[in-house]
Amino acid sequence: MLEIKGLKVQLEDEDKQILKGVDLKVEAGKVHAIMGPNGSGKSTLSYVLSGKDGYEVTEGSATLSGEDLLELEAEERAALGLFLAFQYPVEIPGVGNMTFLRTAVNSQRKARGEEELSAKDFLQEIRAKAKTLKIDADMLKRPVNVGFSGGEKKRNEILQMAMLEPKMCILDETDSGLDVDAMKLVSEGVNALRDEGRGFLVITHYQRLLDHIKPDVVHIMADGRIIKTGGPELALEVEKNGYADILAEMA
Amino acid sequence: MAVTAKKMDATAARLEGMNLPAGGKWATEAREDALARLREMGLPDRRDEYWKYTRPDTLTQADAPEALVFDAQETPLFDGFDRLKVVFVDGVFDAAQSDDLACEGLSIERLADVAQKDIHWVRDLYGALEINGQTPVHRPLAALNSAFATDGVVIHVTGKVSKPVNLIYRHNSNSSDAILHHVIKLDAGAELTVLENGPAAARFNKSMEVDVADGASFHHVRAQGRDHERRAVTHIFGRLGTESVFKSFTLTVNGRLTRNEAILELTGDDAVAHVAGACLGDGDFHHDDTVFVTHDAVNCESRQVYKKVLRNGATGVFQGKILVQPGAQKTDGYQISQSLLLDEDSQFLAKPELEIYADDVACSHGSTSGAIDEDALFYLRARGVPKDIATDLMVLSFVAEAVDEIENEDLRDEILARLEGWLERRRD
Repeated sequence: MLEIKGLKVQLEDEDKQILKGVDLKVEAGKVHAIMGPNGSGKSTLSYVLSGKDGYEVTEGSATLSGEDLLELEAEERAALGLFLAFQYPVEIPGVGNMTFLRTAVNSQRKARGEEELSAKDFLQEIRAKAKTLKIDADMLKRPVNVGFSGGEKKRNEILQMAMLEPKMCILDETDSGLDVDAMKLVSEGVNALRDEGRGFLVITHYQRLLDHIKPDVVHIMADGRIIKTGGPELALEVEKNGYADILAEMA
Repeated sequence: MAVTAKKMDATAARLEGMNLPAGGKWATEAREDALARLREMGLPDRRDEYWKYTRPDTLTQADAPEALVFDAQETPLFDGFDRLKVVFVDGVFDAAQSDDLACEGLSIERLADVAQKDIHWVRDLYGALEINGQTPVHRPLAALNSAFATDGVVIHVTGKVSKPVNLIYRHNSNSSDAILHHVIKLDAGAELTVLENGPAAARFNKSMEVDVADGASFHHVRAQGRDHERRAVTHIFGRLGTESVFKSFTLTVNGRLTRNEAILELTGDDAVAHVAGACLGDGDFHHDDTVFVTHDAVNCESRQVYKKVLRNGATGVFQGKILVQPGAQKTDGYQISQSLLLDEDSQFLAKPELEIYADDVACSHGSTSGAIDEDALFYLRARGVPKDIATDLMVLSFVAEAVDEIENEDLRDEILARLEGWLERRRD
């Protein structure tokens, strides 16, 4: 599904290489986790894949279902089925959450040549999905993320994911800023979306999220490369010993 | 403020051969007084501090510069609302298109009619708030208006009026030059909403004097017509009594030159005055909001909220002042003026001012200019919203604080729908 080959990336406005050759393949139906110390390039990877400005790809490729992601605008990648759950969801005053989501859903449908969702159908769907994430009607009406708590923002991200039904979901430190209950709620939302046709890439610092969202494959990223890949036990090892052992082993 | 001989000469030359409209005793006196005021202060020129950012010459010259009539090809604003329509075409009252000037809770007459009478209640108000507003800053184009206005409405509100009065200004002639003057008097506890829309004329000079008695409330929502080349100078003078409310919102899209002045005086305790504006300018567009709010009573609240979206070399101006007089304690004053510059050719010129002579007040002001928030834009695009639509959503987000000042939800939705429609059509 998502295939990244030899990806090298530097910042556009300074000569600093962040990704130094990343290779990664996420198959449909699988959950891959990326762990790694601060500054290893995890978030950069998520931004480059989703099309944020400010990064320059100097080498390598990234494809989703065989389509070259790097040639596409951010909105085209989204329409293709890529979704990034932001570490820091942005507040947009004056734009209602519902208006925003309906615009997003219908923009994607339009881009794919599908019929747009009617106001009624959209409302029905969002209400049902919001309920399972314990998002009340008031939160749907309020401006996008404005005045939301950390937990509400992350739940809102998962609601967007549920409404957009992407093929490939990237979760960038979705656990940051969440208490235990909120993490459980968010994880349940993610697990409900696990599906044979859908791939996940979960970026996290901590093993605890992976107790809730059980990964099939765990990668360790350091200094712009994936330095080790293994099963769920790799995350437990990190939790127990930190990154020092793995880094030393690779050095 | 000494007026230079040159300015006096220029003013005299300009007024030469201009005749005051004929009328009865009170109107003739009021007009002659206004003309005398105007002669004394002189017409504004580009050397005036108050006109530093906006060139007044096309507003003061003898002939109105041409402005093509623009067919917006859309349903007129406020069309679905139950309202009392008063229609002016190029500044001339159109009885056929207007409703009967009758409504429960108010009396409404044409200025052109009442000006023929020797005596009328409006005598005590016509020009009175304008005179008041001439200190400490001169507003010569308002004096010109009081002298030469040919028509307008004179409204006396005695109770709660169930439907809004909608002043509709149509523009039919490319060279029309219209001067209208409205006087609105709200008795204690009365309530009125006034809607205004339309381009009015190639050049439009309009004044509105609003006297809001104790406990009365006045709401005002206007949209200035979209004819690209039209020019307008408008003044709204408000005097607020104890526990009264005055709320005014203006939407401006297009127009070559617009100067909107709001001069409000809070004279009774616990009064509330909000003035807000949103403008969207593209290319040859110059929009000036000049606001002067005077607090002269205790525990009053005032808000000024102005948002300007500018692109392709458009210019926005804001001159806003809060003056807190001695003794006006517990004043709560707020002023914000912001521009969203969609490119590097556009500019925003702001002069926010506070002048405070009381020691127990809370006044805040802020003014910013900025580009679109790239992080927010990316967030929208990452959800599949194309860049142009995402940009429009950011524009709506930006002006929201000003539009939210419209208290009535239906009117707010009407204005928002208009804005959305305009943005959408531009994308095609």
